[in-house]
Amino acid sequence: MYRILDDVPDPEMPFVSITDLGIVRDVRLDGDTVVVALTPTYSGCPATQVIQGDVVRTLREHGAKDVRVGVRIAPPWSTDWITERGHERLRAAGIAPPAPHARCPRCGSGSVRELSRFGATPCKALYRCNACDEPFEYVKPF
Amino acid sequence: MPAEYPLRFGDNALVLAQRLCAWVGHAPVMEEDVALANVALDLFGQARLWLSYAGELEARGRDEDALTFHRDAREFCNVLLVEHENGDFADTTARSYFYDLWASLALGELTRSGDERIAAIAQKALKEVRYHLRRSQDWLIRLGDGTPESHARMQRAADGLWRFTGELFIGDRLDDEMAANGTGFAPERLRDPWLERVHEAFSAATLTVPAGTWTQRGGKQGVHTEALGYMLAEMQVLPRAMPEARW
Ligand SMILES: [Zn+2]
Repeated sequence: MYRILDDVPDPEMPFVSITDLGIVRDVRLDGDTVVVALTPTYSGCPATQVIQGDVVRTLREHGAKDVRVGVRIAPPWSTDWITERGHERLRAAGIAPPAPHARCPRCGSGSVRELSRFGATPCKALYRCNACDEPFEYVKPF
Repeated sequence: MPAEYPLRFGDNALVLAQRLCAWVGHAPVMEEDVALANVALDLFGQARLWLSYAGELEARGRDEDALTFHRDAREFCNVLLVEHENGDFADTTARSYFYDLWASLALGELTRSGDERIAAIAQKALKEVRYHLRRSQDWLIRLGDGTPESHARMQRAADGLWRFTGELFIGDRLDDEMAANGTGFAPERLRDPWLERVHEAFSAATLTVPAGTWTQRGGKQGVHTEALGYMLAEMQVLPRAMPEARW
């Protein structure tokens, strides 16, 4: 069941799945019901509700009779939960994955500067590479 | 556990979030537009967690939306600081900085709450508020230690809001009760660590810490400034006029 959820994309970064992001905390069977626990990345993340609907739909398409999705806020989500595959997929999409020091996803340079603490979504900051001048988004360690 | 306790933290986040939203489309630079919207979004999310818990405790069938849109100013229990108008970017920065610093200390206390739900919400919110604090403190220092004009405006903003900060550290009977049973904390305990951090930041910003000790209070008990009424009128008009409206 967990593997089925590998196919559920993050609505705002569709090149990574919700399992890549580490927001699926638990999947189990309770009789005929699949019970899923998700954790929101940020409290106000508008994607959370969309993801809940996508999880229900995907599991139903794979034959689940009933699906119950709950939100678990403790322990709080951390970028440490993003998987290695998640890191690769972010890099491939031109987004720097979380790291102690951001690196340019285009040329790999560690000489970068922060343009803004916030990007297009709450989990990202805006950076620019000093070496190749590429502006890029960085999933900030959180 | 009285619903009013989580409601206080929720109302602080909700009212500040609504205020910050008014910057969208008006911030001095695009990055700040995005940043203020993101901070507001986090605060709305936190308010939702607090208010839905308050609604469950109250057990009168009100969810977080009902509590947001169908209470009048007298029933809001946010501190006066957060309802203060946006003013200019320095006013907004001072308000956010004073609040973020207090919230990071308050939420830190609540992560040790004997109430599991409060501890969980606080843990989640604390991570976000610490990030907000880094941003608002950066701006306080950048504007304070900037040009003569930015310095003067940052100082004026801090002076103007100072009398609304005292309320953050005044406990009432509910605070005492929550501190005594291990659910909450005594607000007075946060005053010294808060002041210490303010002195550090103001020194880095070449600003003078305002001296006054006289303080405005009453927000926690539902006695608000006129500003809150206007803000709520705008925030609540649509769901009140069209209760069945859906996105
Ligand atoms: Zn580069």
